[in-house]
Amino acid sequence: MTTQNSHDEIQSGLKDLISAKVSRRGVFAGIGGLSAAAFLASCGSGGGSGSGGEALRWGNWPLYLDFDEKTKKYPTLEAFIKKSGIETKYFEDYNDNDEFFGKVQAQLKLKKDIGYDIVTPTDWMAARWIRLGYTQKFDGANIPNASNVLDTLASPSYDPSREQTLPWQGIMSGFGWNTAKNPKGIRTLDDLFAPQNKGKIVVLTELRDTIGVILLAQGVDVTKVTENQYMNAVDFMAKKISDGWIRGVKGNEYAEDLTSGDATAVIGWSGDMFILASENEGKFDFAIPESGGTISGDNFVIPYTATANAKKNAEAMINYYYEPAVAAEVAAYVNYVCPVKGAQAEMEKIDPELAKSEYIFPTEKTMANLHVFRALTTEEETSWTEAFQKAAGN
Amino acid sequence: MGKNRTPYLLLLPGFGFLFTFFILPIINLAQTSTQTRVSGGDTGQYEQTLRFANYVDAFVDNKEQFGRSFLYAIIATVLALAIAYPLAYAIAFKSGKYKNLLLVLVVAPFFTSFLLRTIAWKQILGEEGFLVPTLRSLGIISQSTTLTSTSFAVVMGMTYNFLPFMTLPLYASIDRIDPRTLEASGDLYANGLTTFRRVTLPLSMPGVVAGTLLTFIPAAGDYVNAAILGNPNTKMLGNVIESRYFKIVDYPTAAALSFTLMAAILILVTLYIRKAGTEELV
Repeated sequence: MTTQNSHDEIQSGLKDLISAKVSRRGVFAGIGGLSAAAFLASCGSGGGSGSGGEALRWGNWPLYLDFDEKTKKYPTLEAFIKKSGIETKYFEDYNDNDEFFGKVQAQLKLKKDIGYDIVTPTDWMAARWIRLGYTQKFDGANIPNASNVLDTLASPSYDPSREQTLPWQGIMSGFGWNTAKNPKGIRTLDDLFAPQNKGKIVVLTELRDTIGVILLAQGVDVTKVTENQYMNAVDFMAKKISDGWIRGVKGNEYAEDLTSGDATAVIGWSGDMFILASENEGKFDFAIPESGGTISGDNFVIPYTATANAKKNAEAMINYYYEPAVAAEVAAYVNYVCPVKGAQAEMEKIDPELAKSEYIFPTEKTMANLHVFRALTTEEETSWTEAFQKAAGN
Repeated sequence: MGKNRTPYLLLLPGFGFLFTFFILPIINLAQTSTQTRVSGGDTGQYEQTLRFANYVDAFVDNKEQFGRSFLYAIIATVLALAIAYPLAYAIAFKSGKYKNLLLVLVVAPFFTSFLLRTIAWKQILGEEGFLVPTLRSLGIISQSTTLTSTSFAVVMGMTYNFLPFMTLPLYASIDRIDPRTLEASGDLYANGLTTFRRVTLPLSMPGVVAGTLLTFIPAAGDYVNAAILGNPNTKMLGNVIESRYFKIVDYPTAAALSFTLMAAILILVTLYIRKAGTEELV
């Protein structure tokens, strides 16, 4: 067998992985808009059963860790367990930030065990946990690899020196489009709101991404956005909805709308668009807007309810996932922005094609064009969400 | 003495169930609906201040979605009645040995999840489905007309999803009609239309009332169809309640809206039953 063949084999193996992922994600996506239903479902499963017997319990988003379909195991996690001897339980039941918060909030308030020693909320939710005092500061000595965090993600406003959070994966937001309908591509808001896309545009339910992209196009710095600037951008979106340009404000389901032809252009996430682009050769594309896109992350957070021993184990695991080789292995499966320096060099060894992927390893030029939406105060979080939800018809 | 107590003891589990899963949540909801934000408190922290103005605010803020919920529910109910009546009539009187099979077919959709069936409609009505290109090439809809993410799709989805709830009570009531009353009507020189108007329809009224209620009540509170098949301009009250509860974490407004919706449905239903005058039901 020639090298080319074996390479093809790896590629097709990867494709299988990706398509398995899509079909599973498709199911989630359909239900994604209905957090109440998801909430009910998750009530039944309940994580961790509160026994506290394991040395480490990790609650993560579905399809967010390398998974071997054949052995039904998570290779990197298995390797960690073997190496460290730390018995780790992995739960894929972090489906939605709001829903998960609703689920554990009562116990957190009472400082009772929530069934997890490490969780991975998105930036703004991690900020809420910190604000409420629900997190623990890391012991830096246990996580020497923390210095590998990408510069762009190293100092978010909610945790400027990364003392109690570290990014698990990064998520870029920008424009996604159907290349047949938009042959010249989409780089600006004007390209997005071009006549051929009228009534076929979908934007994200995540206000920091949708409004973030609009704000950047309006020349506003999202790291310092004021209430007036924000509300202006929301009004802009509301106008585009009432004028019939935007057909939906959605979560992952926008991917379905693109494939079914109901949407021709979106404000979307890099990981989803990577899968769409690689599954439908040349039919879809993604780019960071000229005026800039947003980058956010899901972060490792240790709840203050974790015991000292569990905390130490959690830190050991975070340190492990910040080893470039391990991070590369995860990135080859999840396709989101890898937050670990040096992982790209490691990826060269696994799959040189993926090492060149802008989706996983954005170039410095792209990175310079990505911005982190600033943390909101409690009052802002409520009133800004309310304004956004109202504009979305709710 | 022991004999007299038995029926009450037998009722206990039922009362217990109702108390735990109906009365207690209602009391809790009522309490939440008049709360306000703790000043300086964090997300989701509310205190009791008996602010009844919450109801006015909630209603005024969302009257559009209120109106839409009732409008869509009424249209869907009327459409479901128009489709289900002939269907139930045919099953009851004309199906012969296929009666049971047809009844099973009416219920069959329930074997699949409500969510999946609604998502399936999104694909059927989608751009690259079978329907839209066909209608376009026949010139029935224009090239730019789409069917998904429209109020048409939402109402259609509701009609489809609640059709069995309309068909089954109608069937039960039509099936009970003694065919000899129809023959008697014919003997008295009534034509088909008059027989239907003066005999069949009045005798099937309990089914009509039960079917319309079973369709209208869940349809008015539905949010799945609007979430999956609609667009931001077709959101219903259920969507607002969901967003208030989960996204904005504004429990009082969500509770006030739920109560207002419940009250509005109750009033409408009471008026309707009075007007329809079927004592058999109430």
